[in-house]
Amino acid sequence: MSYNEKLVDHYEHPRNVGSFNKEENGVGTGLVGAPACGDVMKLQIKVNASGIIEDAKFKTFGCGSAIASSSLVTEWVKGKTLEEAAKIKNNEIAQQLALPPVKIHCSVLAEDAIKAAIADYKKKNKFNDE
Amino acid sequence: MIKLLLGDEAKMNKLTINDNNKLIKPIYLDYQATTPCDPQVVEVMLPYFTERFGNSHSRNHYYGWEAEEAVEGAREKIANIINASSKEIIFTSGATESNNLAIKGVAHFYREKKNHVITVITEHKCVLASCRSLEQNGFRVTYLSVKKNGLINLEELKEAITDQTILISIMAVNNEIGVIQPLTEIGLICREHGIFFHTDAAQAVGKIPIDVDVMNIDLMSISAHKIYGPKGIGALYLRRKPRVYLQALIDGGRQERGVRSGTLATPLCVGFGEACSLSIEKMPIESERLRILRDRLLKGINDRLSYVYLNGDLEKRIPGNLNISFAFVEGEGLMMGVKNIAVSSGSACTSASLEPSYVLKALGVDVEMVHTSLRIGIGRFTTKKEIDYTIDHIVEAVNRLRELSPLWEMHLEGIDINSIDFTHHND
Amino acid sequence: MTSLATYLDYNATSPIRTSVRKAIMRSMDYFGNPSSMHSFGRTTRNLIEEARKNVAVLLGCQPECVIFTSGGTEANALAINGWGNKRFLTSSIEHASVLKVKYGKRIAVKQSGVIDLLELDRLLSESNEPTLVTVMLANNETGVIQPIIDVVRLAKAHGAIVHCDAIQAVGKIKINLCELGVDSLAVSAHKIGGPAGVGALLLTNPNAKFLPTLLGGDQEWTRRAGTENIIGIIGFGAAANEVNGEIGEVERLAGLRDRIEQIFCEKVPRLVIFGKLTARLPNTSCFAVPDVMAQTLLIGLDLANIAVSSGSACSSGNVAPSHVLVAMGADFLASSAIRVSFGWASTEHDVARFIDVFLSLINRFDLVSKRKLASA
Repeated sequence: MSYNEKLVDHYEHPRNVGSFNKEENGVGTGLVGAPACGDVMKLQIKVNASGIIEDAKFKTFGCGSAIASSSLVTEWVKGKTLEEAAKIKNNEIAQQLALPPVKIHCSVLAEDAIKAAIADYKKKNKFNDE
Repeated sequence: MIKLLLGDEAKMNKLTINDNNKLIKPIYLDYQATTPCDPQVVEVMLPYFTERFGNSHSRNHYYGWEAEEAVEGAREKIANIINASSKEIIFTSGATESNNLAIKGVAHFYREKKNHVITVITEHKCVLASCRSLEQNGFRVTYLSVKKNGLINLEELKEAITDQTILISIMAVNNEIGVIQPLTEIGLICREHGIFFHTDAAQAVGKIPIDVDVMNIDLMSISAHKIYGPKGIGALYLRRKPRVYLQALIDGGRQERGVRSGTLATPLCVGFGEACSLSIEKMPIESERLRILRDRLLKGINDRLSYVYLNGDLEKRIPGNLNISFAFVEGEGLMMGVKNIAVSSGSACTSASLEPSYVLKALGVDVEMVHTSLRIGIGRFTTKKEIDYTIDHIVEAVNRLRELSPLWEMHLEGIDINSIDFTHHND
Repeated sequence: MTSLATYLDYNATSPIRTSVRKAIMRSMDYFGNPSSMHSFGRTTRNLIEEARKNVAVLLGCQPECVIFTSGGTEANALAINGWGNKRFLTSSIEHASVLKVKYGKRIAVKQSGVIDLLELDRLLSESNEPTLVTVMLANNETGVIQPIIDVVRLAKAHGAIVHCDAIQAVGKIKINLCELGVDSLAVSAHKIGGPAGVGALLLTNPNAKFLPTLLGGDQEWTRRAGTENIIGIIGFGAAANEVNGEIGEVERLAGLRDRIEQIFCEKVPRLVIFGKLTARLPNTSCFAVPDVMAQTLLIGLDLANIAVSSGSACSSGNVAPSHVLVAMGADFLASSAIRVSFGWASTEHDVARFIDVFLSLINRFDLVSKRKLASA
């Protein structure tokens, strides 16, 4: 199992590492995975008044693929609306990083992290999906 | 002998770090997964791959006799280092086969008389798998737990024994955490109760002194590639007095006293024998050298990193092993962070399946710590320079990955990780 | 090999090919455990998969069909145990590594050394129980080739599984797993100029339900646990690769054998060649000179530094008459039977030397007999 170049690049130079104050109104925080499973991802989005994701940050406890997957999605969500961001699918992530079959779960976790962050933001800002 | 103290690096021509402290080749620190062949082993093996190619079972001509003599010489060398007779050494394809043969072979041979086997939950996968197959065939198996230091509780062993117990299989040295089980004490208990004692000594023979008589061992699995011999060969020690009988796994030409059929690989046997002789000859000095290197590595890491935990007992442990949990950093991610240093997270056989180590779980290591461990195996060709390089790079990688870790962040904020409800797992 | 010695016992084991020797030497530089995730492990993993491809090409199958074992004996035992508790039918001339695994009814062979297909059909019809039929592709002692395609046709008509021991045939005749139609096939490296201690079991359907014998790690798709014999597997791959590229070798070997048989028939008319009129491996000749004990000839040949064999080398000093010749109804000749077998390094010079020494031994024997007769 040899790692793909993009994956190694994201692992060695992860983008958007860090945290926002999660109490802030425009911030949505997703925390997915569990230490007992070997992966924990924290993904945060900062949404502006017009509903666009202005910025994103992550921190990940996990293998190289998990770190790269979360780094990649922080790049992808920036500039997207919540609806667009929610459409990011794990197989796009897996494909971009050429994840081997045993690592597909890392991309699934990254997708879950975006969804969780969006849900948190909506909850805090009393969105009504209906 | 002085040369040994410096390590055999020069002889191997396998310099990994040059005078400017630059890495030329990856550093190998996974000596429990496998070891390179010693150059001396290669040297004695090679002629048997070329001009001395006879089938050791050919009784009609010189080629066969030459091969047979070589095989028997190797058998003698293996027997010598464990204080056995060469007639008690059965060549196999490796420790996995030896373990399968010993456990299934003894249990099935004596199945009309007794049906209970005792082993330990931290055994190698192939021992556990063999025991599970016995359970499927109507045997009862007791899996002993281990203490926090990885050693078994002798009282628990005694309590597990019944009048139906035919075999006790307890490994000599654990492959992940390197701890040494109290073989002499276990052997005595077995002998007192008239139970066969099998030990998987793949990680022990050639590294610590083993005496099958003093330890009352009846069956013992040995591997060549863990002690600088070739892969694809191992042995089973099978006591003759009192005799232990087995049901064979591989039938056929009835080579190896009918216990294991198949044409022997003469070069591999010869290499195995040489590896045994070399390891026993080097053991006193090499053990000390490895202990010094290991302690240097452990101290180097401990001095520069907090929240680092050693798994398994430090005293009752082979000198060439460390298994360390680096809290808040995932082991596989860390492996990638020190990619020029070959270490393992979990055992080599299970890493591909990405399951957390059942051995660490058995020690009672917290679930969130199980995923943070590295196994570092130090061996004959490891140098002080490599150890220093490794300390620097592990420390750097752990610090970097902690900056990335949400768990480290929570820890710094004073949040108890155990209080968090990680509801989003998706398995 | 010293130039003085003549080795004509390739069916017991063969000298290692030059290309294999080189591959083995190179393999000594790589030692990582193929199950390890680091670069050392990935390197040896790739080398093993490369070897697997070469073996797959040799046998006309996909790499996924190849399970590496510690040799032919293990491959046979693995297959026979692996197909589960089935009724077991086997030919009476199989190698011990098949016959000894478990009790089974024996299919007789005809005087030619070829399996009796009518009897196979009869035995198959005897019961509706799930059955495993094991027949070798070519016999190790006589070289007689068995009609596996017919065996498979009959067996499949009765829903039986077929395992084939191709240990002696591989490298000497073309083998295509798919065309043979068997369910599993055993091969060994040291019979084709590879190292001893490595072989393979081929499963035509890699997903077939099959019980492993060695339990433990996930190596070989969990069909066979244990750290891989890297040197052996690389050597096997190199040997397979060389065989794959060979052109005209079958004809060359057959030429050597035919020369011996032709001269012997001419000079020693009473000499009997086993399986002469049937399809045989090109490299094997098994014959007997009535009244001349094989042991006598072997000693004479050994003194002249010529290695041949009587009976099978694997029988470990067994002096009982060969079960193969007994099955062919040649009991009375069994103690006189000599097997010569050639391979990649055999030359015309080897053959000429053997012919000279052999004929002079027979002449001497005949002379002594005549004197004894005269004095009596």
